[in-house]
Amino acid sequence: MATTAPYSAPTAETAAHLDEIWHTPHTLYGRLATVDHKIIGIRYLVTSFVFLILGGLEAAIMRAQLAQPNLHLLSAEAYNQIFTMHGTTMIIWYAAPILSGFSNYLWPLLFGSRDMALPRINALSYWLFLFSGIFLYSSAFVGQMPDRGWFAYAPMTELRYSPALNMDFYALGILFITISTTVGSINFVVTMLKMRAPGMSINRMPIMAWSTATISLMALFALPSLSAACVFLFFDRRLAMHFFDSTQGGSPLLWQHLFWIFGHPWVYIVVLPAMGMASMIIPTFCRRPLAGYGYVVMSTIMTGLIGFGVWVHHMFATGLPPMAMSFFSAASLTIVIPSAVTVFAWIATLWDSKPVMRTPMLFLLGFVLLFVIGGVSGVMTAALPFDWQLTDTYFVVAHIHYVLVGINLFPVVAAVYYWFPKMTGRMMSERLGRWNFWVMFIGFNLGFFPMHISGLLGMPRRIYTYSGGLGWDAANMISSIGAYVFAIGVLLFLINVIKSRRDGAIAGDNPWDASTLEWSVPSPPPEYNFLVIPTVRSRDPLWEDRLALPERSSVREGPTLTEGRETLATTPLDAELARVLHMPEDTLIPLVLALVMLVLFYGLLLRAWWLAGVALFGAYVVINIWLWPKRHAPLSEEG
Amino acid sequence: MAASIGMDSRHLLPPSTREHPPGWWAMVCLIITEGALFAYFLFSYFYLASMAPQWPPNRLPELRLAGPNTIILIVSSFVMWWSERGIKAGQQMRLRIGLLVTAIMGIVFLVIQSREYAGLKFTASSHAYGSLFITITAFHFAHVVVGVLMMLTTQLRAWLGHFTERHHLAVTNTALYWHFVDIVWLFVFASLYLSPRIWGHT
Repeated sequence: MATTAPYSAPTAETAAHLDEIWHTPHTLYGRLATVDHKIIGIRYLVTSFVFLILGGLEAAIMRAQLAQPNLHLLSAEAYNQIFTMHGTTMIIWYAAPILSGFSNYLWPLLFGSRDMALPRINALSYWLFLFSGIFLYSSAFVGQMPDRGWFAYAPMTELRYSPALNMDFYALGILFITISTTVGSINFVVTMLKMRAPGMSINRMPIMAWSTATISLMALFALPSLSAACVFLFFDRRLAMHFFDSTQGGSPLLWQHLFWIFGHPWVYIVVLPAMGMASMIIPTFCRRPLAGYGYVVMSTIMTGLIGFGVWVHHMFATGLPPMAMSFFSAASLTIVIPSAVTVFAWIATLWDSKPVMRTPMLFLLGFVLLFVIGGVSGVMTAALPFDWQLTDTYFVVAHIHYVLVGINLFPVVAAVYYWFPKMTGRMMSERLGRWNFWVMFIGFNLGFFPMHISGLLGMPRRIYTYSGGLGWDAANMISSIGAYVFAIGVLLFLINVIKSRRDGAIAGDNPWDASTLEWSVPSPPPEYNFLVIPTVRSRDPLWEDRLALPERSSVREGPTLTEGRETLATTPLDAELARVLHMPEDTLIPLVLALVMLVLFYGLLLRAWWLAGVALFGAYVVINIWLWPKRHAPLSEEG
Repeated sequence: MAASIGMDSRHLLPPSTREHPPGWWAMVCLIITEGALFAYFLFSYFYLASMAPQWPPNRLPELRLAGPNTIILIVSSFVMWWSERGIKAGQQMRLRIGLLVTAIMGIVFLVIQSREYAGLKFTASSHAYGSLFITITAFHFAHVVVGVLMMLTTQLRAWLGHFTERHHLAVTNTALYWHFVDIVWLFVFASLYLSPRIWGHT
């Protein structure tokens, strides 16, 4: 009844009216108070890139130190801080938030919605992310950056071995960003369930929505493990408790279990959305829908499930019972299957098509190659005897970089090239893009492939320097050169972004002639996203004519919802119309709450318990103001 | 018909809907992740217990206070449920009284729990068992405090007449959270107080 009602096409007046309702003023207040998912998404992307650059500079310093034997640019202590910050920054402050950035920007546009389900939570999530990063990096100003490795094994992290604030910054900084990621994940799950345009039943969702929803749910289960570990660590250090203290009944292995119960799902959390983006971009350039949509969805979910059953493969060298190790070894081999299914779906999509070789496609083909290399070295280390030989060597460093750079950074760059026109209205330079790709691709392989060799030759990871004549010299020199070539590649990318934003070719609504809803709106999209809420009848709403599908989606006609900030909520599975949602106005409250949290964490760091108490009380007051209803008659849906 | 501005889609909605709003789903997600946190706490407890030569290291935790306290929490969940049913039937007084009684029971729980702490023969820094016992129960304690604070705000709003038969998400979410806090306590109680009586070893 609801969706078949005849609508007349909206007029210019409608657009002007919606503009007025959804407009955020370009004042200081507007910038701080906005809850627009597009602005928040772009902030996420830019901030994560700043962290990528920080982590990259740390890597550059390390590669300078390791270029030749017996170099002493850094002391051993300084090197410890640099490699710890490199890992922590890249894995926790770059790899996941950058994907949240894309999802934040794209989800409502993919879903035909006017915003995320919880826009203020979205703003809160960003501010917490930013402030937690500032908190972590403020350790540099007191010269006490975390220095026990990004996985911070106990007992090295216990107070008696690490008396300064280094690992307090680590434990509290991670707890801080955990809150950000948790509220962000909740927002994604709720948005996926409620905010899809009428007709976008779950079997019509874009793959990227599946992958981000899967990892958001994973994060809700995995992050508390890391939180528990960091709470225990902080309590051990500053409240004289004994969780990891084997002399008082604790165990350092408890840290390893909790850390890797989080850590391995996290690997999939930072790669699945990137694979999801690849599953959206490859079909566009192959000019056909993704082959095996159902299989890709199933393997995404399977990866999410099996990802929780493999954590012990990080602990094969800790002396666990053989039965447990065999089980986790088998699970680690099994998880290859769903990933392989996805890769074969891409190959099937490419097969016999005439792919258009634009820059995003180049990066994705590079990614598939790196993924295969990183995947194969992963299968190798899933085998127990091989792992015992190579654990804690540079072979593992090579593996983790092929996986994380290959499956995260390459698709991320591809996705920027692909969605930049939507975000800015301008195309990125294709010529610079090709240079960008080849420099990055060659630099990456030059930098990281030799690490397989130095690892096989026995070079341990995390050493700050090494003696000559062990057969590692050439491999390390090549790695360092490669790392700098790779850095130049990233620099070319940044130049391209900055240059194209100013004078790139005008993109138009749908420059790639792609099939999903975000391309049906102008570039950049108006603040209200969609003039009318679309009705969806297929997975490829913009390709229905050429695919000769039996039903047609409606993207030009539909409800306009002009009585305030409103959008539609639908049912979780079938996406049938459920209700009109009143969306919140711009507000400073998320920012204030995040600032209060910043005070809380500095209070804990400095052990100024009174300050932490004041901050907690402040949080209570702010949350009450947040939740107090704005409208009294009639009550809002949130009442 | 105001076709030029676009139709008011409210006319197109089904007359009543039982679909849960986003805020309800957000609370469910919060409960999932908080539940996982307690699961990892209890995993840690059993993990260290499995490796200890003697568990618990001193005496078994007493049931004298924790037992009655458990019953208070269970009953409070039923009061909360009764209260929420009240507003679903439009009975404002039932809602207000139910919320008040639940909050008082929560506060009684906190007072008794504080006395339990005062009587403990060990501290959080005595041994790993003490660290676990205090940390897990203190986290639960904090969750009860949050639940009581939520009820105070909801109580105030109930007296201001914010809730109706159809609009009472804050009540539903407070109730969900409260049931969660109670169920978590059952797991904590079973693990910390009952399991050593069955599997404890010296």
